Amino acid sequence: MKKHSYKSIKERAVSWLYILPSLAGVLVFYVIPFGLIIYYALIDNVANKNFVGLDNFRALFKNSAFLIASKNTLTFSLTTVLLAVVLSLLLAIILDSKIPGKSKFRTCFLSPMMVPTASIILIWQVMFSFNGSFNSFVSLFGLEPVDWMKSDYSQLVIGLLFLWKNLGYNMILFMSALSNIPKDQLEAAEVDGAGELKRFFKIKLRYLSPSLFFVLLLSLINSFKIFREVYLLTGQWPYETLYFLQHFMNNTFENLDYPKLSAAAIVMSLVIVIIIGIIFFLEDRFGKDVEE
Amino acid sequence: MRRISRAKALRRIRLSLFFIWALLFACLFIMPTLLTFTNSFMSETELTSNYGSVLGNVAGGSSYMSKSVNLKVIPDIVSFRQYFTVLFQSPEYLLKFWNSMILTLPIVAGQIAIAALASYGFYRCRGKVKSVVFFSYIILMLMPYQVTLVPNFIVSDTLGILDTRWAVILPGLFTPLSVFILTKSMRRVPYGAIEAARLDGASEFKIFRKICLPMCKNALYSVIILTFIDNWNMVEQVLVLLSDAEKQPLSVFLSQINSGEVGVAFAVASIYMIPPILLFLHGEESLIEGIAYQGSVKG
Repeated sequence: MKKHSYKSIKERAVSWLYILPSLAGVLVFYVIPFGLIIYYALIDNVANKNFVGLDNFRALFKNSAFLIASKNTLTFSLTTVLLAVVLSLLLAIILDSKIPGKSKFRTCFLSPMMVPTASIILIWQVMFSFNGSFNSFVSLFGLEPVDWMKSDYSQLVIGLLFLWKNLGYNMILFMSALSNIPKDQLEAAEVDGAGELKRFFKIKLRYLSPSLFFVLLLSLINSFKIFREVYLLTGQWPYETLYFLQHFMNNTFENLDYPKLSAAAIVMSLVIVIIIGIIFFLEDRFGKDVEE
Repeated sequence: MRRISRAKALRRIRLSLFFIWALLFACLFIMPTLLTFTNSFMSETELTSNYGSVLGNVAGGSSYMSKSVNLKVIPDIVSFRQYFTVLFQSPEYLLKFWNSMILTLPIVAGQIAIAALASYGFYRCRGKVKSVVFFSYIILMLMPYQVTLVPNFIVSDTLGILDTRWAVILPGLFTPLSVFILTKSMRRVPYGAIEAARLDGASEFKIFRKICLPMCKNALYSVIILTFIDNWNMVEQVLVLLSDAEKQPLSVFLSQINSGEVGVAFAVASIYMIPPILLFLHGEESLIEGIAYQGSVKG
């Protein structure tokens, strides 16, 4: 008995030895400094180090730049994430049917993900600026031209870029889930006379639900990364509706305002943890019955 | 009999509708990339006359400029002049390209090595502590730059490596996504194979190298592709951690050259997307398998 437990301890130690390089790096570059952030968020500034409680958080929630950035990020994420989930599922369903040239289509849909954002901003500018080709297209229908990047539609234009880049990845996740649905169940349902829609909602959707939650989460996280596209297209000070949280952070980095940065990072990580929690809860609740 | 043929007809209609949709989407998806590429062969004058009003302030004022842009797929005259300029006459672009390489390649190589080891550890380890640690990796994986850049910045500042390449490379080595994907694919390695090798007296490292790694070949390749494109495309880290313009990669620099020299900008943009596209076309099957491994967040 004693020998066995010695062996299992050794067993475990070997495992942790393999994990160690990664874990050490994660601790040094992410986890331990995060502890420091909590400290920074509670003091007035790095020089005086006076404990001020939650004052930094109160100031943050009164900061208009932070509020605008949060609002923009939230509206952008909510709309594009829903679109991303629905459209990528649609693409996956199309490619799951027996259409010819499937793998060619798959390559087309996936390719935007491999194109560096910096490479295609020129084309985006040509299409969506005031004298751009999208306005020429719009004017064919007798509509007024709009300076898309500097209008309230600017989020739409950026959303388009987001969808273009991310749909392929999500589609692959859905396709692999679709191909894992047991064929005999679908055939049995077909024999029973269940229509296309009924088969989709009663059988396919159930098997898709784990991927559905994953795609939801992934798209949400990716939508927070949209700053990259906005920055490359419009620089550090975009039109107001395109001022996202990363803009706020970058501008705060320039002032080296540690307490403000730390408070913002903590608030954001809490929001994300809550979102993850909600999605995990929903998955537990509604996705359970498919796990073997 | 008639009902069957009707069902068949319906199915055929549905398929052709699907095909048309797929074609439409495919055109939309391929368009921006294709346009960037073909337009890079347009001469400076042609580009100016087509897009001058948008991409603005071009030096030669005498050239004709149409009021609204004229988006073209195929250039009137194919010109290699701007490629010649980029490759042989202006070393700054090559320097930025080199900057991208020197940031991306070490991150990809280091991250794969570290992640492969860690995923083997997570695969063979059982117990509560491991689950908690792995779960923390997932949470970290899902944190956006807005959050992770703050700890990265503080560490770089403390270590005194801010504004050097290390400030970008070191945190990049430990991004948890590759650990996540590789651990998921390791789980498909049958435990029996490892037990058998162990009975034959194979060392732990040999098992890792000779059994687990070959079985995860596709996932490894896919992680390489994903890490490469992610870092080739980096913007956020550079702006915060590497403000020295000399060392910044092309991904940031490209947005600054488009106002002056349109032709060159298109050529640089095209050159810049060649490495990831080649990697993609070569490893597409593995990439797809790797993405599919993620499946769901848990389990």
